[in-house]
Amino acid sequence: MTKYTTVIGLEVHAELKTKSKAFCTCSAEFTNVPNTHVCPGCLGLPGTLPVLNKQVVEFAIRAGLAVNCEIQKYNKFDRKSYFYPDLCTNYQISQLDKPICLAGHIDINVDGEEKRIGVTRIHMEQDAGKLVHSGATISTSDFSAVDYNRAGVALIEIVSEPDMRSAEEARAYMENLKAILEYTDVCDCKMQEGSLRCDANVSIMPEGATEFGTRVEIKNLNSFRALVRAIEYEVERQKEVLEEGGRLIQETRTWDDANGVTLSMRNKETAEDYRYFPDADLVPVIIDDAWIERVRAELPELPAQRQARLMEQHGLPKYDASIIVSTKAMAEYFDEAVKTAKDAKGVSNWLLGDVSAYLNNEGITISEFKVTPAHLAELVNLTKDGVLSSKLAKKVFTEMLKEDKAPGALVKELGLEQVSDEGAIMKLVEETIAENPQSVADFKAGKDRAIGFLVGQIMKKSKGKANPGMVQKMLKEKMQ
Amino acid sequence: MKVTTQDVKYIAQLSRLNVPEADLLEATEQFNQILSYADILQKLDTTGIEPTPYVLPITNALRKDLVKEGATHEEALLNAPAVHNDGFKVPRVVE
Amino acid sequence: MKLYELTAHELHDKLVSKELSSVELTNALYERIGEVEDKVNAYVTLDKENALAQAAKVDAKIAKGESISVLAGIPGGIKDNISTKGLRTTCSSKMLGNFIPIYDAHVIERLRADETIFLGKTNMDEFAMGSTTESSYFGITRNPWNLERVPGGSSGGSAAAIAAGEAIWTLGSDTGGSIRQPASFNGCVGIKPTYGRVSRYGCVAFASSLDQIGPITKDVTDAAIVLNSICGKDEKDATSLPVEVPDFTKALVQDVKGLRIGLPKEYFGEGIDPRVKEQVEKAVKKYEELGAEIVEVSLPHTEYAVITYYIIAPAEASANLARYDGVRYGYRNLEAKSAAEMVTLSRTEGFGAEVRRRIMLGTYVLSSGYYDAYYNKAMKVRTLIRRDFEEAFQKCDLLLTPTSPVVAYPIDGKMDPLSIYMLDVTTIPVNMAGLPGISIPCGFVDGLPVGMQLVGKVLDEATILRAAYTFEQATGYHKVFAPLGGKHND
Repeated sequence: MTKYTTVIGLEVHAELKTKSKAFCTCSAEFTNVPNTHVCPGCLGLPGTLPVLNKQVVEFAIRAGLAVNCEIQKYNKFDRKSYFYPDLCTNYQISQLDKPICLAGHIDINVDGEEKRIGVTRIHMEQDAGKLVHSGATISTSDFSAVDYNRAGVALIEIVSEPDMRSAEEARAYMENLKAILEYTDVCDCKMQEGSLRCDANVSIMPEGATEFGTRVEIKNLNSFRALVRAIEYEVERQKEVLEEGGRLIQETRTWDDANGVTLSMRNKETAEDYRYFPDADLVPVIIDDAWIERVRAELPELPAQRQARLMEQHGLPKYDASIIVSTKAMAEYFDEAVKTAKDAKGVSNWLLGDVSAYLNNEGITISEFKVTPAHLAELVNLTKDGVLSSKLAKKVFTEMLKEDKAPGALVKELGLEQVSDEGAIMKLVEETIAENPQSVADFKAGKDRAIGFLVGQIMKKSKGKANPGMVQKMLKEKMQ
Repeated sequence: MKVTTQDVKYIAQLSRLNVPEADLLEATEQFNQILSYADILQKLDTTGIEPTPYVLPITNALRKDLVKEGATHEEALLNAPAVHNDGFKVPRVVE
Repeated sequence: MKLYELTAHELHDKLVSKELSSVELTNALYERIGEVEDKVNAYVTLDKENALAQAAKVDAKIAKGESISVLAGIPGGIKDNISTKGLRTTCSSKMLGNFIPIYDAHVIERLRADETIFLGKTNMDEFAMGSTTESSYFGITRNPWNLERVPGGSSGGSAAAIAAGEAIWTLGSDTGGSIRQPASFNGCVGIKPTYGRVSRYGCVAFASSLDQIGPITKDVTDAAIVLNSICGKDEKDATSLPVEVPDFTKALVQDVKGLRIGLPKEYFGEGIDPRVKEQVEKAVKKYEELGAEIVEVSLPHTEYAVITYYIIAPAEASANLARYDGVRYGYRNLEAKSAAEMVTLSRTEGFGAEVRRRIMLGTYVLSSGYYDAYYNKAMKVRTLIRRDFEEAFQKCDLLLTPTSPVVAYPIDGKMDPLSIYMLDVTTIPVNMAGLPGISIPCGFVDGLPVGMQLVGKVLDEATILRAAYTFEQATGYHKVFAPLGGKHND
């Protein structure tokens, strides 16, 4: 069988967090009541005109600088014409040949390997409304209802170079891009709700080939999991077609998450002729150096910088730091916790371990996590100070998930303080030695394992509260 | 340049308009009359000439990011040919 | 004199002196409309109830001794492509036959602030595409000078209403001559301001880079008064110019001494009716007598202007009119089984032939493979046309041309579209360059008015108003009424 190389490029649409829409003064906020955040402009009523929201430009520059793009001085807007009921003017205002950002990149790390993925361009455009279908699916519906609340909400489209060679690389790129958009506060990045959307261009070519294969665009990828699964499925599908001697067609396919397959979108088969031309209702936007430099100066700390800081300032391993910075909320949680925690690595261990496991289980994000950073820090400190064994700390953590109480208070309430009183521990040591002569003999005969058993016995007697370090030390001394 | 009746059909489809078969020849003829007149443009040398998409040199007509009262829900739907569940009702979207 | 024969500034004096009330005046206009509208058909929609209510408000204000604006209480008509909240706005199309706007155009907001009276909405070529007003879904408008003739277009209703005494002032819109040409065919004054001088917000878009709203009036003074009301920066129109607006009535000075008037030779050549030419040349002589300096200039790319326009305007229109799809408003075919079919049938049935023709032409010139040959080429030629004017204005302060090469022609003259398009050659270049242009009456051919066009530099409406005013006061063609407009003493 021929070996193939996979080639992936991503087109990401991010809804900008502006208060009002891109070209009218309607609220850009999400609402459930159809056609309530609308005005003559975003309904496309005759005679209305678009006026560009300055914040859209500001956010686009910010995002562009964050992915190392060159910001373009001269900007203009074009009309992209196609008929669809969710598009109130039947043309979308977008940027064709003069996008705001060009030539950037995002660095990714997959299995320890660093790679730079090119960002071809970022352009500003407007979102469309939503169709609500009467039946279960679009094809079984007798009719649909159009809601224009989302129509006209500002978007940026971020187009990557076809630099990714695996679904994992695509995932890493998307994760990094999402983190950057979160850190720069330009998008709320809710993939499930559609505020961050991703289309993947996937092709394969025989290994060593220089010319890319026929490209298929996959739409409807609204989670990282969907992105990975869809690419993996599509690559296998394309291989099969080629292996069977077939030819691939350049087409748009949609990801069917329930069945785990990509499906051809027949209505998109004929290449659309979008008839782009300059929108004379809008005037050019000139971005001078002063504007760019101001936005640059105001850029918040980005994930890569934050990762370096966590490693340098808190001595975290690269792996820990990279995971903590992957979402802004996690990074902020960490920063808040280490303000009072005596052990940064301890905080990281909790976040990467039990906290992440809990969040995954509950299907929530850290922003919805009930335990405050200060409480987690206190828990870390109780362990560090020897008040709690790591085993008991887990028990306290479980309690903290149930009720919003400081771990110190819970320790008292549950009587879980570690016993570090020498006299009390000595009493247990002597008792245990007396009860287990065989183990003592084993130890003396050089079987180190025996001490583990004896420590276990003592911990059991103390209901886990005895300071394990002291137990070990005193046992050894006593048996010498 | 000249168009054929096939071209006119395609253009009509892109424009979401129907041209009845009976009118197709006349429509094509009218199209070609204008296009042949447009040929005089091709003889004009425009090398190095910048296009004029905007008549006057205005730039950066931007507005502040402020939310203003838009249309009421009733106003939004006032002229709707058909309404369903607060939305603009349209026949099925896929054939 | 009948009330409907008076100008806004004359009527303002009568309102202020309480010789006349706005309600009386408004009623007189509706009475006149009742008399002649059968023949002229200048209006698509009348709004008597609201007009009289507004008139009563103005009368109350006058009674209380409060000061009023010059246009307060003066009844006018609004071209039916200008959005009026609560009042049907059809663009003379079946497509918008029942469309009730939910907002006012910027010019309407300003005129309301000045407490003018809106008699109704005037007839036009469908979506402003045409120069005869024959393409209106609501029937043709007839020329009050000769009912067998077209009133011009696309603002034919607005111009005919003035000539027939059915309004004191009206608003039109001008994309390639749609204010100036009907003004000339009806013996009125019509001005297209500099592109960006008047907000386009609420003017139903035909060609965004060319459209401009302006007044049609009986004399130059009224034109200046209406301009004062409607000009100025609007935050809702990104192309509206952020510049100070002068008081245009200050430009109404009878003095053209030393003014350099340029005659572009290309506008007096082939294709112009010699009788029209004669009248315009008479006007040139008059200007010379009045002390102006006449210079010949050249606008060498004039011959390319019409086709350039008929590429750019339909291209922009094809996108601007894409919104009429039967989904949110307007005509919908109710039999269609799918959304796509509904859109195509609604558009095919809702638009008239000329609109459909221009949409398709525009779609074609923007389509893949033809963009550079047509649209982009036209945009470059537009640059050349603009430069022609810049160079001409090195030698003169304003230009003088015939407004149209012909006088009003017979209705249903069976002209092919291209021949009609060619007649716009005198007005189109002015839109292409975004310049201000005014048409004023300057004579008659066979009892039909001839108009001359004065074209100014960008934002220099003042100079053309001054030259127009000086000529008008020295001649008096504006005092001649159409047979239907009153005594015809030509």
